[in-house]
Amino acid sequence: MADDERQEWERRRRMRSIAIALALAALVVVFYVATLVRLGGNVLNRPL
Amino acid sequence: MAEVSYQPSALRPAQGVGGSIGDFIALMKPRVMSLVVFTALVGMVLAPQQPHPALAVIALVCIAVGAGASGALNMWYDADIDACMQRTAGRPIPRGHVTPDEALTFGTVLAIGSVATLGLTVNWVAAVLLAFTIAFYVLVYTMWLKRRTPQNIVIGGAAGAFPPMIGWAAATGSVGIESIVLFGIIFMWTPPHFWALALYRARDYERAGVPMLPVVAGADETRKQIVIYSALLVPLGLWPAFMGLAGGLYVLVSIALGAVFLAFALAVYRTREGREADYAARRLFAFSILYLFGLFATLLVEHGINRFID
Repeated sequence: MADDERQEWERRRRMRSIAIALALAALVVVFYVATLVRLGGNVLNRPL
Repeated sequence: MAEVSYQPSALRPAQGVGGSIGDFIALMKPRVMSLVVFTALVGMVLAPQQPHPALAVIALVCIAVGAGASGALNMWYDADIDACMQRTAGRPIPRGHVTPDEALTFGTVLAIGSVATLGLTVNWVAAVLLAFTIAFYVLVYTMWLKRRTPQNIVIGGAAGAFPPMIGWAAATGSVGIESIVLFGIIFMWTPPHFWALALYRARDYERAGVPMLPVVAGADETRKQIVIYSALLVPLGLWPAFMGLAGGLYVLVSIALGAVFLAFALAVYRTREGREADYAARRLFAFSILYLFGLFATLLVEHGINRFID
């Protein structure tokens, strides 16, 4: 693989990794929001 | 026009610099996805009870990702015939940007992820419907029917008709008869829509060995079937008004769009030779998208107006 091809390959791999990281972060936000919406105030209602 | 050379590049492993983000977005068929999201939104909004706005957004994102998963799995399985057709030769796998294994993994992860997320955050009725839709599109349409029968898009069209039912189920946790009417409209719309495309892409399908109706039964039979399905679709398009889902504005729009749809279908039937025939088929294909969008947009607008008045 030529140098410029390798650079482009690494750039695309980095972009794919960032996209996967963003998707995972979005998933965390989705479950956090869904938990708040579904449980509402009960999210704090637990035995000590 | 430049000559397009068809090479079975899907059969070679992908080489070069690998797939970009754009290639993976292309795998998800974003244009199909947008229509899926829109019809699901309408199904959700017309439902008698509304989910929390945050859950509604999550549901629509899951439905969009599920549709994208179907697209990716379809492109994985159909890479060989995509490479033979002018319309699809530029897709990421035939171009060698994404390997079939990458597409299979991408589609599978998205399918499982979207169904699980929809089930865990919204409800499992909607999630099971989404799973069924993905399975129907990939297993029944793509793997079983598409290469075997000219009825492929008649039966397979059900996959594209499910999104309003999923949207309705996301809102209510059940499947109402009203959402089945929305399903019926898209189901009946699919054959004339795709057969219009198949009429002017018949050589493509023939080269790829896909038994679309114009390839198997001929263009004239296809034109007849387009008129029959269009004649069934237009009255069905009025049905939401009889179900109490729509009012006067929808009736007017449905009649007007339906009349144009029928006129264009009849023009396809009558015009059988030369560029005019090609033009008539392209015009019906383009208008069919506007027809479906117009019906569902009117349902949405009318419902919004009624809520505002109430």
